[in-house]
Amino acid sequence: MSPAPRDRFLEDAAAATADDPQRGFLRGALGGYYASRDVQKARYRDWEKARDAAALAKWTAVNRLDRNLARFEEAFVRNGGVVHWARDAAEARAIILGICREAGARSVIKSKCMTTEEIHLNDALEAEGFGVVESDLGEFIQQLRKEPPFHFVFPCMHLRRDAISELFGKHLGTPPTDSPEELTMIARRHLRDLYLRADIGISGANFLVAETGQVSITENEGNARLTCALPRVHIALAGIEKVIERLDDLAVLLPMLATAGAGQPMTCYNTLYAGPRRAGEADGPEAFHVVLLDNRRTALLADPEQRDALHCIRCGACLNVCPIFKNIGGFAYGTTYQGPIGSVITPHLRGLRNWNHLSGASSLCGACTEACPVRIDLHHHLLRNRRNAVRAHGGWADRLFHRAFGWVIARPRLFSLGGRLFRAALPVLRRLPLPYLRPWLRTRTLPEAAEPSFRQQAKEVLR
Amino acid sequence: MRVDLFIPCFVDQLAPRVGLATAKVLRGLGHEVAFREAQTCCGQPSFNSGHWDVAREAALRALDVFRGAEAVVGPSASCVAMMRKFYPEVLAGHPRAAEAADLAGRTFELGEFIVRRLGVTDVGARWEGKATYHDGCHGLRELGLRREARALLGAVRGLTLIEAEEQETCCGFGGLFSVKYPMISTAMAQVKSDALVRTGADIVVSSDPSCLLQIGGYLGRQGKAVRTLHLAEVLASR
Ligand code: SF4
Repeated sequence: MSPAPRDRFLEDAAAATADDPQRGFLRGALGGYYASRDVQKARYRDWEKARDAAALAKWTAVNRLDRNLARFEEAFVRNGGVVHWARDAAEARAIILGICREAGARSVIKSKCMTTEEIHLNDALEAEGFGVVESDLGEFIQQLRKEPPFHFVFPCMHLRRDAISELFGKHLGTPPTDSPEELTMIARRHLRDLYLRADIGISGANFLVAETGQVSITENEGNARLTCALPRVHIALAGIEKVIERLDDLAVLLPMLATAGAGQPMTCYNTLYAGPRRAGEADGPEAFHVVLLDNRRTALLADPEQRDALHCIRCGACLNVCPIFKNIGGFAYGTTYQGPIGSVITPHLRGLRNWNHLSGASSLCGACTEACPVRIDLHHHLLRNRRNAVRAHGGWADRLFHRAFGWVIARPRLFSLGGRLFRAALPVLRRLPLPYLRPWLRTRTLPEAAEPSFRQQAKEVLR
Repeated sequence: MRVDLFIPCFVDQLAPRVGLATAKVLRGLGHEVAFREAQTCCGQPSFNSGHWDVAREAALRALDVFRGAEAVVGPSASCVAMMRKFYPEVLAGHPRAAEAADLAGRTFELGEFIVRRLGVTDVGARWEGKATYHDGCHGLRELGLRREARALLGAVRGLTLIEAEEQETCCGFGGLFSVKYPMISTAMAQVKSDALVRTGADIVVSSDPSCLLQIGGYLGRQGKAVRTLHLAEVLASR
């Protein structure tokens, strides 16, 4: 049996935090992002108002989700597409496999889509004998490495260029290079044929426009355009929270996605796909399917306190600023969605009992909440998850500890006495560490005990 | 004005000098300073650990302890944030929720109180040397304090303020997080402390004694000579 998620997390986080060069590399990589993000943010007349507008667009979409999804389906079908509803990962996989089989497909090309990671689609496709190729450069690299994405926006940000060059040399037989352009070209040359051969293109969706029945996809490499346009059949897999009401909402959401997530004014390609090829059109797929995935998103929708977590546009800004992410990296989370948003939603999507440790693994600094373009109350949701976990299945020892603590702090005399005893024992405690003190003392000292306490001195001083 | 001190439990027990300095600074500005002995801990350790029932009791107690106070001033942005932001949250829907909101409006972090409420930046302090300032996350993001402490330090005679890299990066304390996830907490302390040391400052100043516990503790283990001082201690020095 594989170890429990919490044990694995502790082990992986310990290993990652001990890797100083890798942590330094990540800090350096993100340093460039901060600089360009700040330049782009400064070009907004009022970034905070833009956040309000983006949050409102998503609030409206999510709080009228039932109507918006129905409107999207109606409009998308009118455009000639087919909509499928999947309650969970298994249903979504079955739907997609069914489409592939029916199309008599052999090979599948994919553009970047975290939702397919969420439902473990590649494994399912390969198990049925379909060839699957990732066309996003980062995802392509991770596929060659047989690793999940390190960061849900920058899948291979943990890799140095020489590691990528070496990887290409090993798998594609190309000579070593240090040029990012050359590395991109190697991947492109390799992928070009595969686009032409693929029967099915699978993409995600950044937004589903209810008003027009369009699928909005944002990318930097142009690979999604090929994935969506060249194969006979296009399947877009999207969580139900991707729907927005109006086409106009993109006017604020697209630039904010680019600026918050990648420090760009706009992502290079923002494309709206409105159904399959129509009579007289030169390109586009013969059939276009959208698979709408619930997979416990409706459970989050039913929680009024944390419903705003469904606002997420997966920009990745919260990861980029998170000191936990920067120190433990993306793999330690063991989740599809890393970083603060992952720590907030994974307990909802995969169960609080096994995943609450992610909510605990935060100093609650709030950098994520400050960065989030759609104003999700991220770090406070971690507190709410912790509370929910204590209520649902808190341990008795933990409960006893806090009850006792609460009992003592309600009694000033007892508190004072306890403080005295603690201070008296401190010189010994520093050498004979108790469970809570040992992890502290290993890397940090404790202050010398002061004598007497403030309250003892206050009587004199404040007379 | 009559100011009621709100002294964090670990300042009371382990760093009373910070409380004394706070009292001294406020008195120096001509205010009457009082300490209500019934106060203990704000309940944040339990709140952060998910035990909101324990935190709720602490909040209700604090409403009684600080009843009628004109201004409650504490030398800890973190504990003030607990009172201002999270008491209302744990008491949402409680019959005394309005009292919590009222107390929230009367509770201030020290630097915030002096600069925003009293409109003073020069408290007449003198400190010879180079200092760098660490923003505690609760002050920065829960209370929205950025310029207050810097304005106060800027007016201290003899003091040169050097800003550090990683200025708004968390020190990694996070209460019980520091002992439940010690490897992550320590990695964060390392990033933060290294940046502070690189400034070449003689002292690290912060408005949050808990951050100083973490940074000072880490620097202590590393054998670094940089001292940590609370903002109140600098402002109280002559
Ligand atoms: S939670 Fe906010 S910051 Fe994080 S990925 Fe989602 S939209 Fe971006």
